[in-house]
Amino acid sequence: MDVQTLTYLFVGASFALYIGIAIASRAASTSDFYVAGGHVHPVANGMATAADWMSAASFISMAGIIAFLGYDGSVYLMGWTGGYVLLALLLAPYLRKFGEFTVPDFIGRRYYSGTARVVAVISLIVVSFTYVAGQMRGVGIVFSQFLDVEITWGVIIGMGVVFFYAVLGGMKGITYTQVAQYCVLIFAYLVPAIFISMLVTGVPVPQLGLGATVADGSGLSVLEKLDRVLVDLGFGPYTDGSKSTIDVFAITLALMVGTAGLPHVIVRFFTVPHVADARRSAGYALVFIALLYTTAPAVGAFARLNFIDTVHDQAYESMPGWFKSWEDVGLIGWLDKNADGVIQYAPGAPFEGLPTYDDARGSNGERTLVNPPTDSANEVYVDRDIMVLANPEIARLPAWVVALVAAGGVAAALSTAAGLLLVISSSVSHDLIRNTFARQLTDRQELRYARIAAAVAIGVAGYLGINPPGFVAQVVAFAFGLAAASLFPAILMGIFSFRMNKEGAVAGMVTGLVFTFAYIVYFKFVAPEHNHEGYWWFGISPEGIGAVGAALNFATAAVVSRFTPAVPAEIRTLVDNIRVPRGAEEPHMH
Amino acid sequence: MNSQEKGRAYWRANLKLSAVLLAIWFTVSFGFGVLLVEPLNRIDFFGFPFGFWWAQQGSIYVFIVLIFVYAFAMRRLDRKYDVDEREG
Repeated sequence: MDVQTLTYLFVGASFALYIGIAIASRAASTSDFYVAGGHVHPVANGMATAADWMSAASFISMAGIIAFLGYDGSVYLMGWTGGYVLLALLLAPYLRKFGEFTVPDFIGRRYYSGTARVVAVISLIVVSFTYVAGQMRGVGIVFSQFLDVEITWGVIIGMGVVFFYAVLGGMKGITYTQVAQYCVLIFAYLVPAIFISMLVTGVPVPQLGLGATVADGSGLSVLEKLDRVLVDLGFGPYTDGSKSTIDVFAITLALMVGTAGLPHVIVRFFTVPHVADARRSAGYALVFIALLYTTAPAVGAFARLNFIDTVHDQAYESMPGWFKSWEDVGLIGWLDKNADGVIQYAPGAPFEGLPTYDDARGSNGERTLVNPPTDSANEVYVDRDIMVLANPEIARLPAWVVALVAAGGVAAALSTAAGLLLVISSSVSHDLIRNTFARQLTDRQELRYARIAAAVAIGVAGYLGINPPGFVAQVVAFAFGLAAASLFPAILMGIFSFRMNKEGAVAGMVTGLVFTFAYIVYFKFVAPEHNHEGYWWFGISPEGIGAVGAALNFATAAVVSRFTPAVPAEIRTLVDNIRVPRGAEEPHMH
Repeated sequence: MNSQEKGRAYWRANLKLSAVLLAIWFTVSFGFGVLLVEPLNRIDFFGFPFGFWWAQQGSIYVFIVLIFVYAFAMRRLDRKYDVDEREG
């Protein structure tokens, strides 16, 4: 069977599985809908958290980013895993003991303030929507590349599937489909990685293969060879970074704190039966995440090596099929600057801007580009996102592996999109409609609002996926900065400080959010020409500014709380209560 | 100890444990993986420059261990200070 038939088969079978699970686990109450009734086993919750967490960006883009950034790519590896330590030690067990449905629930109750709740809802919606649009786009890209349908139709099919199981099953349906999606995506990630590690080094474990000797008789290890090859071509060595130490530090910190502050991750820990389960479950989640995250740097390094081997100093005519098929899609471009028919790969952009083709073919059969060339010796443009998707083809793996990767990419995007849509709809139905405007709702009415909110959120997310505003791709990474600067400090102080009052918390959240937002908007949209080290405060890029935003949040809250009325006695009792596990009930106690 | 003193002692023990584990968390990631990466890279560790290994592999393994150590140690503290959940 050819790749396309196999892909239809794999993706179709996985969809049937998700829908079957959703029908088997429909939600009957708001507790089912928001927190799966609080009965999820910690290992299952760990798996669901991993699928929830690992988005299309982790699955498709991360290894490619690391392949091209080398050491600098470490910020994503440490940043997106280290946050789980903060979550497990500082937030998850206490929030589970608190036993409500949403993050704004906690902030609203702990800070005895509707304003605090609404500020939390706004932060949550801003963070989650920027994120979810990127997921819908990811579904669309996989569909258009592997199933040969328009991106628009890809997004609509993805929306349909998510609609079915998120609206019907709520958190309960999502949890068990996410368990299945985790299995699909991790299998799809590891199989090609193991094959490629075998091919390059003869070692079947990619994590060890990254340090092993290349099987080409040179006697060099993978990283030594990569360093040498890159330096020969004029790049910096792979294992050295080009970002400044302070920026690496700030970005890593912002991603860690942001991870711990992401609402769709936090709520997963409301679904386990006990406080002790919330602690353990974070550990299982990180094990499942680490399987992919420790493999990604190996995949990235092998991919870079294979790519250079295949492309550099080779005639265009001898390029394999994948090179030409990605060129057809517009993600690879070659500009034969010295007109020798041979591809030269070197540092720097080959031409200005993204590749723009006319409809003609050059003398070697390549698609001709209209972009003005740059001065660099580099002739080839390659989109980082194709590394994982093209890897099986680059390494000449069988067609079923390619189809598997497509199914994995779709699983990664759908699972994250569903988790995000759920927190958006719970915040709207529970925090805004029920707890702010219409306190008289019955459980059944609230459940209906939750389903309507989920349906509307899917529609908006789908619209953004089909018509991405130019800034979506850039902004997704900043969801972390915003979560770090707004939600994380407020929750942390709510647990660890008796003295933190509503005035302090609200002032802190608003300061952190406004500062971070303004810094990012200034450098990304108002004055993008200033977006480099010389203009950044303390040399910290917009990606890392969330760390400073979080610090400002803490500082503002501490100062304001000193000069404003003390916390009421019943809140002190509440804090005392969440600090001990005993008495954790089912997560609803209104 | 009365229950209030017990509660306070439990919280102090919890904070101490968390502080130690977070110090390790900081050391392996920001210490070995970021601040000390250059000197450590001069050491070869199974084919990896050592600092690079901490940044892309080692720190993640340590994170996992930290969470399980915390979960295990906290369960013992819960029982010791008699604040554990009654399994339902």
